[in-house]
Amino acid sequence: MDRIAPWLQTHWDARAAGNFIGGGTGSGLAIVAAAMLLASGETQPAAFALAALLIALGLGLVWLEMGRPWRFLHVFLHPHTSWMTREALIAPPLLAALGIAAWFEGAASGVAALVLSLAFLYSQSQILRAAKGIPAWREPRIVPLLVATGIAEGAGAYLLLGAVFGVLPESPFAIALALAAIFARSLAWSSYRRHFARGSAPTGTRGALAAISPTVVMLGTFVPFVLLLAALALPDAVNALAPLGGLAALAAGWWMKYAIVRRAAFNQGFAIAQPPAERSGATRAEARPGWS
Amino acid sequence: MTRWAMVVDLRRCVGCQTCTAACKQANATPPGVQWRRVLDMEVGEYPEVQRTFVPVGCMHCDDPPCMHVCPSTATRKREDGIVTIDYDLCIGCGYCMVACPYQARFKTDRASFAYGDRPTDAEDKGFDGGRLAVATKCTFCVDRVDAGTAQGLTPGIDPEATPACVNSCIAGALHFGDIDNPASNVSHLVAGNTHFRMHEELGTGPRMYYLWG
Repeated sequence: MDRIAPWLQTHWDARAAGNFIGGGTGSGLAIVAAAMLLASGETQPAAFALAALLIALGLGLVWLEMGRPWRFLHVFLHPHTSWMTREALIAPPLLAALGIAAWFEGAASGVAALVLSLAFLYSQSQILRAAKGIPAWREPRIVPLLVATGIAEGAGAYLLLGAVFGVLPESPFAIALALAAIFARSLAWSSYRRHFARGSAPTGTRGALAAISPTVVMLGTFVPFVLLLAALALPDAVNALAPLGGLAALAAGWWMKYAIVRRAAFNQGFAIAQPPAERSGATRAEARPGWS
Repeated sequence: MTRWAMVVDLRRCVGCQTCTAACKQANATPPGVQWRRVLDMEVGEYPEVQRTFVPVGCMHCDDPPCMHVCPSTATRKREDGIVTIDYDLCIGCGYCMVACPYQARFKTDRASFAYGDRPTDAEDKGFDGGRLAVATKCTFCVDRVDAGTAQGLTPGIDPEATPACVNSCIAGALHFGDIDNPASNVSHLVAGNTHFRMHEELGTGPRMYYLWG
């Protein structure tokens, strides 16, 4: 029996989701680390190193998903229109900039890391936007959502890293940055969800997004907001509260991206704008199974 | 300028799947891969229910999203509008498959055959290892079209130059021809009947026209 109503795509699996998770968090972490370096002179070489590792890990997962992995150099052939090519082209200089920033801690390397990380994160979000066959991905609101969540995850990872290495940020700037990114993500998520509530996606997509929304809102917005605001208000407890808030922001972002790539990714399905007329002049309503 | 297109008369299609079988035979596609499918759709609600058969496949779009996203330039669009895949360039990333709103692309990672692990004689003849782990799809039988036009034949009129699915249709529901030529068979059909194109709102410019009234 042919499938007619939209069904969950299986072409991109958890490895693809891993690229958006690793690349998003990695580039977000690099953006936050570079912003800290440029704004307050605070350096965390481990943040740049971890960012590079996460980005490389994500790209490695994509490589594992290729049917013909030893042709990987062909990925660079179409920068004119393919965001996958653009992401791949940005990756080598970005990794180099992160390596330099981790080693030399100079302002110039910070600027390079910041610009290239933003470009990488933007390219990643456009990869999904250009996938016209998946209504949950092609919606333009996915771009601000993925950029905001990447920075929120990066800020979360930055705070978590500080706890792991015992070098928590000296200034409240990192926490303020995390709060701003989490707020931006909550706005982007709300706008993205509102769009689909109006029925411009298959029922499966709407159901999947509705199912993850409480987690994204609670774990991704409410919990980190409370913890990070408490960390600002209670300097004595910052070592415990800030990393926990960061962890919540990070985990919610990963879960959201995994769900968008793997659970909400119903395809377009098939539809006929006008069923054939049984008699001359007769018309019938459009048939679009799985959308209402 | 020639621009190949397909016209499907939904009032004529009986859902026999002969086009599907002809495509599989002509293109030696493995089990589970159907470049030309016929959907069996129920339309309406009881008691006003109607059964409609809808042939689908690659729409050879005017603005193909699969081509734009392809990172390797394996997917291209010819001057005559046929969207092709260079199997030697394709990296099998699957990006085109999620970009296509018509579910027209397939990827098989391992060789598979209709009866167990070994190919039948016919499958052996048509087997192409170069099509494993890369994207594949309907080509509008581009080899037949090219070979036919090189001999001065007219695709859509002369069977030797016409896609296998169109040749095989028992009900005269499938038609192929040059939509840019106002005198062509497909131009006459589109002009003389009401029609739609699937998912036209997405702006892909699909070149399969469905006649309905």
